Amino acid sequence: MHVPDGFFNAATSVGAGVFTAGTLGVSLRKAANDLTDRLTPMAGLVSAFVFALQMLNFPVASGTSGHLLGGALAAVLVGPWTACLCIAVVLLVQGLLFADGGLTAYGLNVLLIGIVPAFVGWGVFRTVRSVAPATKATVVAASGIAAFVSVPVAAAVFAVLYGIGGAVDLSFGTVLGAMVGVHVLVGIGEALITAAVISAVVGVRPDLVYGAQDLTPELELRPSTTTGAA
Amino acid sequence: MRANVKLFVVAGLLVGLALALLVSPFASSSPDGLEKVAAEEGFDGTSREHDTADSPLADYGVEGVDDERVGTGLAGVIGVLLTFGIGLGLFAAVRALRPGDRSPASSASSA
Repeated sequence: MHVPDGFFNAATSVGAGVFTAGTLGVSLRKAANDLTDRLTPMAGLVSAFVFALQMLNFPVASGTSGHLLGGALAAVLVGPWTACLCIAVVLLVQGLLFADGGLTAYGLNVLLIGIVPAFVGWGVFRTVRSVAPATKATVVAASGIAAFVSVPVAAAVFAVLYGIGGAVDLSFGTVLGAMVGVHVLVGIGEALITAAVISAVVGVRPDLVYGAQDLTPELELRPSTTTGAA
Repeated sequence: MRANVKLFVVAGLLVGLALALLVSPFASSSPDGLEKVAAEEGFDGTSREHDTADSPLADYGVEGVDDERVGTGLAGVIGVLLTFGIGLGLFAAVRALRPGDRSPASSASSA
């Protein structure tokens, strides 16, 4: 899903870049509230792990592959705001050193691979969890469903953006159908990988899964608050 | 507890490194979903060569390593470690911006 340079006109690339910059700015402030002593090293790990998983292209149809986007996975593990920053770091390393994802398309790529999957995934995850019993099994299932939905939605956002400012004048419906069609298949892989990772983590350390913190009510020792009020 | 988080992160990092080193060389090399659609719908022609196409790690290889699988695995290891380092640095810095939490001794104030 990495967009190369030249797929979009300058206005659309800049527009997406501005939107992404703003979202990452908000993410920095929101993440500051989420990043505890435990979540901080986890966020580093999630970034590195998503980099590794994005290298693992799996076949989805004849002559076509897909790889994890990772936005939904990251959102479940470290929360959606920190997740956006994780994916932004992954894409920065990929764009600067690995020639993957155009530098002028950096904002588009953070949007399509990070922001959209993270927030769509988080929304689906929270919705499924709200109607399911609070168990490890439902956390795993909800993460898989969230991951599955996040990929075709990101593909649809690509199609919308391409309709706005793609370099080639194509029918919106054609691009939408083609992108969503193949990315429904990629989404199945995304769901399986995401569910497998969440299952492994929630099995050994549910307290390290942002989206499953309610499963392990915290008995945290805090310094006594003799000074200051709430 | 905190030591256990470190243990978990180190273990997770080792799994990530193993995936990058040992599994990624065998990943599918077919075009991904977007590349395929772009080719089929005829909008792949507008893509430009990447600005960092000359990078020694371009396209997930290592310049000078001729064996493609070895190169991919090594590039993956380098990428995982760099991403971890940059991510950890960023998140530690962001965490330091956390309001009302600058020193452990006076962490009582909350916003």
